Amino acid sequence: MHPASAPPVIEFRDVSYRVAGTQVLSGFDLQVQSGETVVLLGRSGSGKTTSLKLVNRLLTPSSGEVRVNAVSNAEVDLIRLRRGIGYVIQDVGLFPHFTVERNIGLVPKIEGWPEDRIRTRVEELLQMAGLTPEIATRYPHQLSGGQRQRVGVARALGADPEILLMDEPFGALDPLTRDELQREFLLLQQRLHKTVLFVTHDLREALRLGSRIALMDAGRLVTVLTPVEFLRSTDSLASAYVRALGGDLESAAKRGPS
Amino acid sequence: MNVFRFILQNHDQVLELTMEHLRLVGFSTLFAMLIGIPLGIFIAHRPRFNKPVLASANIIQTIPSLALFGFLLPVPWLGDRTDRLAILALTLYALLPIIRNTYTGIRGVDSAVMEAGRGMGLTESQLLFQVELPLAVSVILSGVRVAVVISVGLATIAAAIGAGGLGEFIFRGLAMVDDRVILAGAIPAALLALVADFGVGWVERRLQPQ
Repeated sequence: MHPASAPPVIEFRDVSYRVAGTQVLSGFDLQVQSGETVVLLGRSGSGKTTSLKLVNRLLTPSSGEVRVNAVSNAEVDLIRLRRGIGYVIQDVGLFPHFTVERNIGLVPKIEGWPEDRIRTRVEELLQMAGLTPEIATRYPHQLSGGQRQRVGVARALGADPEILLMDEPFGALDPLTRDELQREFLLLQQRLHKTVLFVTHDLREALRLGSRIALMDAGRLVTVLTPVEFLRSTDSLASAYVRALGGDLESAAKRGPS
Repeated sequence: MNVFRFILQNHDQVLELTMEHLRLVGFSTLFAMLIGIPLGIFIAHRPRFNKPVLASANIIQTIPSLALFGFLLPVPWLGDRTDRLAILALTLYALLPIIRNTYTGIRGVDSAVMEAGRGMGLTESQLLFQVELPLAVSVILSGVRVAVVISVGLATIAAAIGAGGLGEFIFRGLAMVDDRVILAGAIPAALLALVADFGVGWVERRLQPQ
């Protein structure tokens, strides 16, 4: 495990989540240290998204606790908690009636930043997210899928939160755009050192972006491994993922025209 | 056209009754909005109340208007002034389209947008005023539009209980078997409905998000 000199930024302590008689998450323990990107990997229904939503309290655990900066997140004011955590989802969820500029500047604005500071911040974030300044005055429906997700990331970084929660942010993009955004995410992360909890079902993405990979199955944490460890792992589920990834390209290429 | 001659000759009275009519419709629509929009928001946020509320509004809608006016007539404070009574009845009829459209409009806001907003730390009232209402405004206003047009027509019946409005001409014309008098009430009422429809439609387009 990770050396725990400083307290973890995010910590799940024996967390369970039940809804309508279904056990979505059971006995979940995980620590995310400052500046690392922990990827939650698993198939749909394994409890990845649920874990993420327990951090910013879009969901409340049935038992156990989630600690953010060494304090149980149930004890922190809900709005304060969420404003300190950037949240990026696959469907982006940009406000369709706001320009890009207003979308990105929304949290700073409701946090009461002065206008000129918001403007500088928006310019900075657009540049960081690889967007041109002209885009600032456009509406979300005038953007491509990749641009929209870049705006989504920029918006999450708006008030410079320490933590980022990302729920399959690149899942709906075409492979080339996804590759581009993954690369930029790595560059951004080198600069910003945010504490990131990242959900995906794509091993390739997990290996590329994660400092560590938390493998989940049926609401349980199977194992936590670094990408290198993951590739060598003898765990049956981990090796099944690796086999599927390796077989992937080969078998696809062999199939040929039918 | 002797209808128009009749209207011109009696233009003072036509104008007065039109103003009365406008007052009935204006107040009742205003009250229906003040009750219906918050109620629509409420049931959109708490779905288990949506069936009973919409069903009640639906039932009100099925009561024949003349009967409703009649039922309310003996009620103490209301019955004293028939225009109060007419405004109350018209308000009740205008509720259904306003509640239903507010409900539909708010429920129609993309759930990803709401989730992102909540995750970013918007408070419930910030979500309501900055996200839900601006995105639902055109659906809500088209409900108001339907309500206004219904009210203009229904308000003519208010004359049966002496609440005034353009219905006075219609009932008088019926009693006198004089088409000119009936039309002197019906034509301005129809025009009023068209103008109101156009006016709310204009506001609706102005407020529509990009």
